[in-house]
Order: sequence, then structure tokens, then C-alpha cells
Amino acid sequence: MPSFSAIVIGGGTNGLACAGRLAAKGCRVVVLEAGAVAGGGAAVREFAPGYFAPALAHTTRGVDARVMAGMALERHGLGFHPALATCVLNAEPLSVMRGKTTGADAAAYAALIAKLSEFARVLAPFRGLTPPRLTSSGNEWGKLARLGLGIRALGKADFREFLRMILINVADVAEDELTDDRLKGLLAFDATLGAWLGPRSPNSLILLLNQLACGPDILVPKGGMAALAAAMVRAAEAAGVVVRCNAAVARVLVTEDRACGVELESGEVLAADKVISAISPRTTFQKLVGPRHLDAGFFSRVQHIRSRGGAAKLHLALTAAPDVPDLQARMVIAPSVRVVEEAFNPVKYGEVPKAPVMEFVVPSAFEGDLASEGHHVLSAIVQFAPHAPKAGLEAARAEMLENTLAVLEAHVPGLRGLVAHAELLMPQDIEARFGMVGGNWHHGELAVEQMLFLRPLREAAQYGTPLPGLYLAGAGSHPGGGINGSAGWNAAGMVLHE
Amino acid sequence: MIYDAVIIGAGHNGLVAACYLAKAGMKVCVVEKNDWVGGAAVSRSLYPGFTYSNCSYVSSLFRPEIMRDLELPKHGLQILPYEGGAVFTEGGGYLGMFRDHDANRREFARHSRHDAEAYDRYSRDVLRFCRFIRPMLMRTPPDPSSFKPRDIAELIWLGRKMGEMSERQMADMVRFWTMSISDFLDEYFEHPVIKAYLAVSAIIGTALGPMSPGSAYVLLHHYMGDVDGNVGAWGFARGGMGSITQALARSLAAAGGEIRNGSGVESVIVKNGHAQGVVLSNGDEVRGKRVISNMDVKRTFLKHVAEDQLPGDFVKRVKAFKIRGSSGKLNIALDSAPVFPALPEGAPNLKGDLHFTDSIEKMERAYDDWKAGHFSRDPFQDVMIPTMIDPTMTPPGKHFMSCFVQYAPPKIEGREWSDADRDAFGQTCLDQIEKYSPGFKNRVLHVEVRTPRELEAEVGLTEGNIFQGELTFDQLLFNRPVPGYAQYRSPIKGLWMCGSSTHPGGGVMGAPGRNAAAQVLREAKLPNRMSDAYAVL
Repeated sequence: MPSFSAIVIGGGTNGLACAGRLAAKGCRVVVLEAGAVAGGGAAVREFAPGYFAPALAHTTRGVDARVMAGMALERHGLGFHPALATCVLNAEPLSVMRGKTTGADAAAYAALIAKLSEFARVLAPFRGLTPPRLTSSGNEWGKLARLGLGIRALGKADFREFLRMILINVADVAEDELTDDRLKGLLAFDATLGAWLGPRSPNSLILLLNQLACGPDILVPKGGMAALAAAMVRAAEAAGVVVRCNAAVARVLVTEDRACGVELESGEVLAADKVISAISPRTTFQKLVGPRHLDAGFFSRVQHIRSRGGAAKLHLALTAAPDVPDLQARMVIAPSVRVVEEAFNPVKYGEVPKAPVMEFVVPSAFEGDLASEGHHVLSAIVQFAPHAPKAGLEAARAEMLENTLAVLEAHVPGLRGLVAHAELLMPQDIEARFGMVGGNWHHGELAVEQMLFLRPLREAAQYGTPLPGLYLAGAGSHPGGGINGSAGWNAAGMVLHE
Repeated sequence: MIYDAVIIGAGHNGLVAACYLAKAGMKVCVVEKNDWVGGAAVSRSLYPGFTYSNCSYVSSLFRPEIMRDLELPKHGLQILPYEGGAVFTEGGGYLGMFRDHDANRREFARHSRHDAEAYDRYSRDVLRFCRFIRPMLMRTPPDPSSFKPRDIAELIWLGRKMGEMSERQMADMVRFWTMSISDFLDEYFEHPVIKAYLAVSAIIGTALGPMSPGSAYVLLHHYMGDVDGNVGAWGFARGGMGSITQALARSLAAAGGEIRNGSGVESVIVKNGHAQGVVLSNGDEVRGKRVISNMDVKRTFLKHVAEDQLPGDFVKRVKAFKIRGSSGKLNIALDSAPVFPALPEGAPNLKGDLHFTDSIEKMERAYDDWKAGHFSRDPFQDVMIPTMIDPTMTPPGKHFMSCFVQYAPPKIEGREWSDADRDAFGQTCLDQIEKYSPGFKNRVLHVEVRTPRELEAEVGLTEGNIFQGELTFDQLLFNRPVPGYAQYRSPIKGLWMCGSSTHPGGGVMGAPGRNAAAQVLREAKLPNRMSDAYAVL
């Protein structure tokens, strides 16, 4: 029986970042990936004959700088295309790029983004922190207090503004600061991207701050999202990590109340001192560990980790380039705050919105090999989609696809005529394919009551779990997901610390 | 003559502040635009022989410390706790509520045994959150950006309170303050009607739906009061809600204070950056060393103070202060008691709050209508018949019914309410009641329909919001009403705020009035004879 010092379950960006950091410190690590390739949400997939699309994530706000440097990802081939401009599709399209926004509201928008970026800057250090335990005394709260002082250093006026805005809803901010509906819509869309919230919901602005804290720019890696995962695999392997694909874990093995290894679905058993799960915390505890090894109260709270996904993923195989202002920009269709809010309303009741909002990129405009010459691939994140459709998955998917294509056609005339094949992944499909419970791409909603020392649960917020030897390292842990490896890197730090 | 303090508005907070100042020896004058006192806590006779509580309609939040300090029972105030309540369901059934915890538990068990078990835990948890928040109500929030000893001491006090809790309690607290009530209840309960009933307090008066994060806090805001030490209980003021303000007015008179009715304020006199009194709409001046406004923050500073007297940042923040009208009201005179066939004969539930919204989804859909700028097609109504307990409000055998309705936007589709809109709104509500109480409409003698338009015009609440400003975190504690001005002061020296726009917010609570008076007395270096906030729990 092969033996490792650590087993990492899940070969997504967080799993690889965690494994890479551990291996660099001399641990013998194996990463077990259920899929045929590592990368999780950052992999690439042939969704129609001859057409390839990013499996789930199609852009990133950049890999965590610590991961980038610690794993020497640049040396292993990771590079990025120039940052993407955002183009708001409308009767009068609007282009938004750092400091180069068009339209009458450009100055107000720039000022607002500058203010929010400043808030994001003081919040960014929280992302690299292991959340303190609520009752621990001394050191950990000291760390937090220091970061708090960093916020106070914004100055009196900005500090007050920060406290006022930290739990505000993004719709109010948009209404207060902007006049152009297109920019208000963009702000509302960006804040609620990947969330199960409408822009009018309190606590929605902090999600935008979190994104800005990951990085100001929207990036596509050279070679596509899969290249990012590939670089991470290479870096991990160079550090001595064994990455095994097609190795789905069936359960975590427990002896004497300690996690001591895993059993694969093939029946194979691997032993290790430490088992680190970079997959969904709910799946980890409910399926891999099971109630027998966990306290009943804890187990019940695990079942209540909210993990509703509100985003669908659309892939279109196009026979020619779509008629958009800039093939290498991120296109956003979110005409106003109200349209974004109304796209969210039906989802609360398990229904499909009439006019969904979305962002899309054309990955084939960056990498020619994703489709044959002259052909293109369009990849869109469409919001909002019900995670538990009342009408049933098939009917909801068909309706969602139709509504989405109708909205797209209205903004990109002639697009439907170019579609050779369309694939729409509803949240349930995303769950089935990527193991993200409820289709939520953060493995648990990124909402204030599930953040920091409450993520995923207070007993497991420091990456350790109530089961000794078992750790969490995925997006379900602080600071959440987003193809940056932060959670995995933090978790490795905690494992090494112990 | 020059008063020590001129108070604008004879609402309950203005009167509470006036009483405390008068008792401390100040010469005070309250100026009120209406011919009656009370603001939104009034008893009006709008139909012969009937007394209406035509704005606020139930009491629980009113602070017992204030009642005691100002000797309100002596001045005629009596709160009658009510019992019961019911949610009528689509299929002709009902969920009853009772004053007794165990009776509730049995009723829950009739719907779901699981939920009956959970109810014990739920009640305990919510009570704990109340216990944490109640001492904060009667304290002036600190300014976290300040390094003054008082602010730091207050922050340390808050930190200590947090430190007294266990890890689990702290985690629960943070979650409860930020979650939606729908998510919160999902962690305890499974039956949709039980969830719908328990979610009610989380939406009343607010422009949030039960699925909006932060709505759980609004629930707490409605739970932290008490009637005779019974925390979370609600009651009727005998003789209508005006009895509270009438008693306050009598207490004020006994302390030597003055009230001028029919004296709407045109503007606040500001000289050299200092408030010196008010000009009334008839041109009269009422001079005072300080002015305390019970009006909401928008009305005070955007309508009655010249903009050039205020710092630009402050004006910007006041303009952005969210006062969102979300509710309407029907006040109905009934010829006889309505009959609800779903209820067993003699059930005590009619003595409490009645609802026709049997799922959180219906509530949330009603909110979606509001967001789109309509009044709700299938509204949420909080219906009370105070005359089931208090017979003094109507002739024998007749009844007064108060229907609090959500949601009603301050503007319909962006335009002002018309009379036709108002009537359609009223009809929608009456039709809903008729559905559950056949023959109801035939019992109706008179209906007063109030939309946010009427509330703003008569009571002066901007947009008709009953809390004088939304209760979301960006407008609570040290953020209320404006960061840096949460200590009842304004940028103008001698101009103070004491309305529900200030901490701890709306409801017939009196705490803002008392806290403001405490700050005024502190600055005037006068003795403060207020009793300490006492803990019932």
C-alpha cells in the first residue's frame, strides 16, 4: 500500500496550490482528481465535435500572488493576455477599461471604482489570513486588529464611508453615485456574479469588493484557462507531487477517530497522515466522511451550509465570428439594475427568468485551436438560473437556453444564425459535472454569514475539521473561490503550521 | 421669550425628549403642525363613535424605563397584552398562535412534530439575541472613527458584551444579524405556514423581502420589546395608540412643558452656525437656545434648513439616506365582528394578529411587486381587531379593524399616487379579507385607506416609511442616520435630532427621544435623572 504524508482530494486550482505548497516543504503529496484531467473549473472540454470551451471559468482575476511566486508558475509557462476591456452591449455600447470608460458618467464611474478599489485594497490582506477562532484570545485577534487598523488608516472620512458601505446593497451604491443605466447595470451585474443574490439584496457590495481584492483586471491565461491548470500541474509535479486523474475518492478512512487515508471508488486504498479535501465541504462531510465519525450537531449544520448556484454556463459553437465591437473584450448584457434584479426574482421560486443577464467572452479569439479556422466558440455565464427548477431540469434548461439565445440575438444580431451547436449547463448540471453542490461555484455561497470565521462553519473555519487529520482546502473555505488558489495556499500554511 | 429647547414635532420621541428636558428643569416648547399631538401614535375619531389607531396600531417596543420615569400609567396609559393570532391558509385551514409557549408548541405539532421540537430551540436562540441587543437601545452609539475617550470606552463596552458570549453564540449572532429570515428559518423549520408566520416580524415596515439578507435583524427589532416584562409580547394601548402620546403630553404638562398645536415649522433659524429657534409657517418665531427635531433626517435638513448652512458631505449623505415607504394601512369600522369559518368557534385567535399569507414565497412575491413599483397584487396584511380586547374604542358590538399592508411603494411606477390608485389598493386588500371571511365587506361601515402619500402628508414621514429610515446595517448603530452624526447632534450647533431616523430606529419605542435628551442634558451640564436601562431578562 503506497503511503503519503498528505492526500489532497480534488485537482482544482485550490487542491493543486495546496499540494504545491506542501510538497515544496518536503511533504510527499498525492492529488486525487476524479476527472480525466486536473483543473476542476479551469479545465477545457470539447463540447461539440471540433469545438473546445473552458469547462466552467472563462476568465480569472489572476492567481494569488503567493501561489504565483511560491509555485513559480511563470517559469512553468503561465502567462496572461493583456487585461480584457469590458464592453457593455446596448443600443449604444459602452466600453469600460481601467480609467478609460466611455460615456457621460465616465468620471463618476472612475471615482466610484477608485473608492471601491481602495476599500478592496485594505480588505485584500484578509484573504491571506487564516480566520481567527471567535473565542481564541491573544495572537489571532491581534492579527485581525492590525488589519482593522489598516482600515482605519484610510482616514476618518473614508473609514466612516467604509463602515457604512461594507454591508450595503450594490443597487443603492449605483443609484447614489451614477446616472448612466448601462454603468449601473454593469456594477449590479459584477457584484452579483456567481452569487445567489439580486443587486437590491443587502450585503451585495462586499462581493464586488472581494472580487476587486482578488485583482483589478479580468484576465485570460495564454493558452486558455486549461493552460493555467496545466501550469499548476507542472509546477506541483516539479515539486514532487503525484497527480492522479480518474481517481475518484469513495470515502475517507478513519481509524481511532483520525483520518488516516482514503478509499478510491476502484477499491484501492491510500494511507496518509493527513487528508486534505479541496472539494465541497458538504460532499466531504456528508459523503466521504459520513455521520458516524462526526458530532450530530456539526453534521446537521453541515447540511445547512447554503450552496445555491444561480449561474448557468453557455457554450456556443459558431460558424463565423459574432458581430461584437471587440472580439477580445468581455461582453456584458445587463441593461439596468432593474433588469438584473428581475432576472434574479424568478430564481427564488425555482423559475427561469424571461430576460437573463450575462457576460461572455470568445475564447477562440485568444486561442485559435479551440475551433477550426474561421469558426468560433462563445462562452457565457448566464444569470440567474434556478438551482432547483420547479418545472424539472430538462424543461428549465430548454427554456433557459431559448431565453438566453433570444437576449443574445437582440444584442448581437445574426448570432443565432451562426450557432452550430449550443450547450447550456444549469446549476444541476454543474453539480453533476464538477461536484459543486447546488451548482454554486464557491462550493457554498459566498455570503456574509458564510464568510471568514463562519466559512464553511465555525468549527472548520481554520482549515482543520473536528475530525483530526482531515483538512479543508477548497473554495468552500475562506476566502472562497475564483480560480486563484488562495484557499488552498492558506490551508497548506495551516497544515504546515501544525 | 427664549425657551431652553424648542422641539419640532409632537410625535412620541419628541414628547419623550421634551418630558425629560422639562423634568430636568428646562423650559421647553413643542411645536406641532397638526391640531393634535401624537405623530404616528394617535387615536383619531374619523367615523362617528369610533376611535381609530390610524397609524401605528400595536405596542411592545415602548421602553418600560421611559414609562416609569415619566409616570405614564399615572397619566392614563394602560397596555393590554393581546393573545393569539392566526394565519389562514389557502385550503381553508389555519395555524393558530397563542400567548402561551406550550400552546404554540402544541399547535405547531398539529402541523409538524419536527417544527414543534425546533420551536423551543428557536425561541431560546431569538431570546438570547434580544438579550444582547436590548442594553444597546438606550445607549448612544460610539463613533468608531473617533479616538475620544467616550467613544473608545463605548467600543470597549461593546467588545466586552461580545466577549461574554461563547463561540457558538457569537457565531450565531453574526449570522443572525446578516442573514435573511427565510434562510434563518429554514435552519429550524420545515412547514411553510409556520415559516410564513414566524417571518412576519422580519418584513413589517421595511422595504425588504423575507429572502433579503438582513431581514432577520428586522425581526429582532420587533421582538426586543415587551409588555409588562414579557419579552416579545405585544399589546394594544387602551383607547388606541394615541393614549401613549396623550399620556406623554399630560406628563409634559405636569413637568411644566408647553405644546403648540397647529404650528407647522417653516424653517430653523440658524445664526452664526448656531440654531436659535424656528419660524412657523404663519411667520411667528419661537426662539430657543437649542432646537430638537423629531422629524426624519431628510425632512429636517433638506426642507427646513438652508443647504448652505450644512457641509456638502453631510447633505449628500442625507440625500442618500434610504427612507423607503413600503407599507399602507386600512382602518375599518365594522358593524359586527367578522367571522372566519376556518377558526373553531370561540377560538381566542381573533384577539391577535391575523394573516392571509401562508408561505414565504407569497410574501417575497409581494415584495417583487414593490420592487417593480406596484402595490402588491396579493398583499401581505397584518390584521388586528383591538376592540376584541379593548371595548372603549367603538360602540358596543361594533369593531375597529386595523390592516397594515405590505407592500405599497412611495410612488406608483414612478408617478404620484392618485385617488384611483388608492381605491384600487384598498379594494385589493378588502377582497383578500373577504376571501377568508365571507360576508366581511357587508359589515364594513367605513374604510380609511392610507398609502405612503397620506402618511407623508399627514404625519410627515418621508415616503411614508414607518421607521423614518430603513433598518439595514448601513443605516444602523453608528451609521444612523449619517456616519459621524449618530450621537443625536447635527453639523449645526444647537440643532439636535431625536426622531426614529436616529439610533436605535423606528417603532413606538421612545428610545431615540430619551437618548437625545440624555445627550442634550450632558452638553448643558444638567443632572440626568433617568433611570438605568433595566434588564428584564
